[in-house]
Amino acid sequence: MPVLAGRELRIVGFLCNWCSYGGADTAGVGRFTQPTDLRIIRVPCSGRIDPLFVVKALLGGADGVLVSGCHPRDCHYASGNFYARRRLEVLKGMLPILGLEPGRFEYTWVSASEGQRWQHVVTSFTEQIHTLGPSPIKTAFGLGMTTAMSAMPEGGKHAAA
Amino acid sequence: MKIGVFVCHCGSNIEGTVDTAAVARASMLFPEVSHAEDVMYSCSEPGQEAIIDAVRTHGLDGVVVASCTPRMHEPTFRRAVERAGLNRYMLEMANIREHVSWIGKDRTANTNKAADLVRIAVEKLRRNRPLTPKSFDITRRVLVIGGGVAGIQAALDCADGGMEVVLVERTSSIGGKMAKLDKTFPTVDCSSCILGPKMVDVAQHPNITLYAYAEVEEVAGYVGNFNVKIRKKASYVDWVKCTGCGACMEKCPSKKSLDRFNESLGGAPAINIPFPQAIPKKAVIDAGYCRQFIKGKCGVCAKICPTGAIDYKMQDEVVEEKVGAIVAATGFDLFDHSKYGEYGGGRYPDVITALQYERLLSASGPTGGHVKRPSDGKEPKTVVFIQCVGSRDKSVDRPYCSGFCCMYTAKQAILTKDHIPDSQSYVFYMDIRAPGKMYDEFTRRAMEEYGARYVRGRVSMIVPQNGKYLVRGADTLMGSQLEVEADLVVLAVGAEAAVGSPQLAEKLRISYDKYGYFMESHPKLRPVETNTAGVYLAGCAQGPKDIPSSVAQGSASAAKVLGLFSKQKLESDPQISQVNLQRCVGCGKCETTCPFGAIHMIDFRGQEKAEVIETVCQGCGICAVTCPQGAIQLEHFTDNQILAEVEALCQF
Repeated sequence: MPVLAGRELRIVGFLCNWCSYGGADTAGVGRFTQPTDLRIIRVPCSGRIDPLFVVKALLGGADGVLVSGCHPRDCHYASGNFYARRRLEVLKGMLPILGLEPGRFEYTWVSASEGQRWQHVVTSFTEQIHTLGPSPIKTAFGLGMTTAMSAMPEGGKHAAA
Repeated sequence: MKIGVFVCHCGSNIEGTVDTAAVARASMLFPEVSHAEDVMYSCSEPGQEAIIDAVRTHGLDGVVVASCTPRMHEPTFRRAVERAGLNRYMLEMANIREHVSWIGKDRTANTNKAADLVRIAVEKLRRNRPLTPKSFDITRRVLVIGGGVAGIQAALDCADGGMEVVLVERTSSIGGKMAKLDKTFPTVDCSSCILGPKMVDVAQHPNITLYAYAEVEEVAGYVGNFNVKIRKKASYVDWVKCTGCGACMEKCPSKKSLDRFNESLGGAPAINIPFPQAIPKKAVIDAGYCRQFIKGKCGVCAKICPTGAIDYKMQDEVVEEKVGAIVAATGFDLFDHSKYGEYGGGRYPDVITALQYERLLSASGPTGGHVKRPSDGKEPKTVVFIQCVGSRDKSVDRPYCSGFCCMYTAKQAILTKDHIPDSQSYVFYMDIRAPGKMYDEFTRRAMEEYGARYVRGRVSMIVPQNGKYLVRGADTLMGSQLEVEADLVVLAVGAEAAVGSPQLAEKLRISYDKYGYFMESHPKLRPVETNTAGVYLAGCAQGPKDIPSSVAQGSASAAKVLGLFSKQKLESDPQISQVNLQRCVGCGKCETTCPFGAIHMIDFRGQEKAEVIETVCQGCGICAVTCPQGAIQLEHFTDNQILAEVEALCQF
């Protein structure tokens, strides 16, 4: 993977169960190779995603946050993604006010059939985060990124970034 | 709380790129994890037994299974933990196959990621609480959308099973594309002779309510209790009075309306019964061509109608039906062949689609079964068939195989020889795809017995020349160019999703692929179910299919409906919103944002509070984000649970 190149950053993904989580599954079933930086949190609908979750992740030291839901008008819950779009658009405008780089947050629409599109979204967003580099919040608070594996006594050598 | 973690090898699917044993070891360090192991196949019988055993021996309160996607096996493992005596919601899954092992090759990175995903699941599970589903009554009626052969089959099977069926068809008669066919492959039996009786059965079945010339306007509700609004389009003919005598058709002075049943070969009167075997056999006025509507004077049909059924002032009518399940069988449309400019489709009168040719072959067609060129009515002697027009062609955004074109072309080549014994057929093909029962034998018969000449190659262009058409193409097996002087060119146009499919999918809240075909829940194991409970699929709405497959799917979806209705009561999903009455200030924001009207305001000891109607709530959680007080929470996806997952990813 060109993006990974021995170092991994931390990207939190919030995906709706019906479209984008399914799309990520489809990408897996199709064996569409992707960078491993992204960790996915499954939520029922993009409308369930409180913008504060995104802020919480970014303030907590995540290097990037990716939200993905169903395409507009194709929501399992009729209009959840419209609520998501409105809320997340407002959030996008507010991130600089909070002192967060807006490039670290992105929202997109991927349907359950679009495995290839998911691969593209993950790869390009991961590239974007790698261009921005590790989160300044992490450096400011002296946080060191560890992984679950590196918490292990003998697992330290696996620690990325 | 004592948590058990089970990391699945999935054979080599996961173990190949993830060190599952290391993930299990790492899991032991996560809070409240008291047992962790890696298992070969956790979904198998021994795998599930291992989970059940561990729950019992170690006294576990919750289980994390790190394996495939929860969309695949969450129900399986929920049943397993239930068998072990736990509540089924005390299970979390980490998707380390689709989201880890299948998309990355770096074993170290994958192992890291898998362990992280387990950590998220553990943190979520720590905040799970047992949930109990409630049961509710179901309406034992089914809505079938689309009256093609798949919809007819589904409707008849459900009706025979004792269920009430509401069948909605967009056009004025059921029958769909199959009714337009002359013969069917590979038996070459008469299409309308086998479909006709089924159509009559639909009309006569006491359990079937047929709404022809109607469309589904709105779908509300949930499995077991859907409320459907159906728009009965204005036909300007009172169908109660209309006897289908056809006198109006004969006297109508306008013959310019599109003859849709005959694929626009020739015109039709503005008041029309599409074909003699139509069910229901009722007339419809095409207002776009009727002189009464265009010029405001004519009224011939009103004068002639013996029963006084004509009503020029008729309006659309919306009826409401309550159903418990829905079968979507909206079929397909044909690819617009005019996109292939080199074939001259739409410009040259004798370059026609296969379905138009089918009407020319049909005894009930516009030519009475005599094959005549549309341009001059002459009998064609050389007929060229071109395959894969709008199939398997990325350049027109139709990369998929439509599946039945090879077969209907072979059938038409055979029928051409039957109709015109001194004719010669040429078939330009890319590959012959004839995988069904007796299919390959059939195409061979077209070549060997009926002398159709199969040429492997694409046609580069068609040029009109001396009243004929010069078809220039390549014979890739011979490695040479080929020119054929054709009297008639028949394009084997591919299938595409029916017009309006995405809009209907949105109403039904089901997914559709980028071509507009409805998506099944699982391509192999749940082929007629959708991700929306209670909505099933049949026929070409799901993807191109031949008649046997459409009928099989129609019956399959009917079986699913009957299975659903065989339960006395359905269980509601307890993953729904709950209001904390102490926190709720009664602002009503949740009430206005809920897309399902599942929240209403109640008076609680003199104060206004929100209340969730449990059977209506779908569990999207939009309200939870809306509530400024955090008073309404979505069970199983509470703020605290999601934040715990976020923290698991960020905290060190």
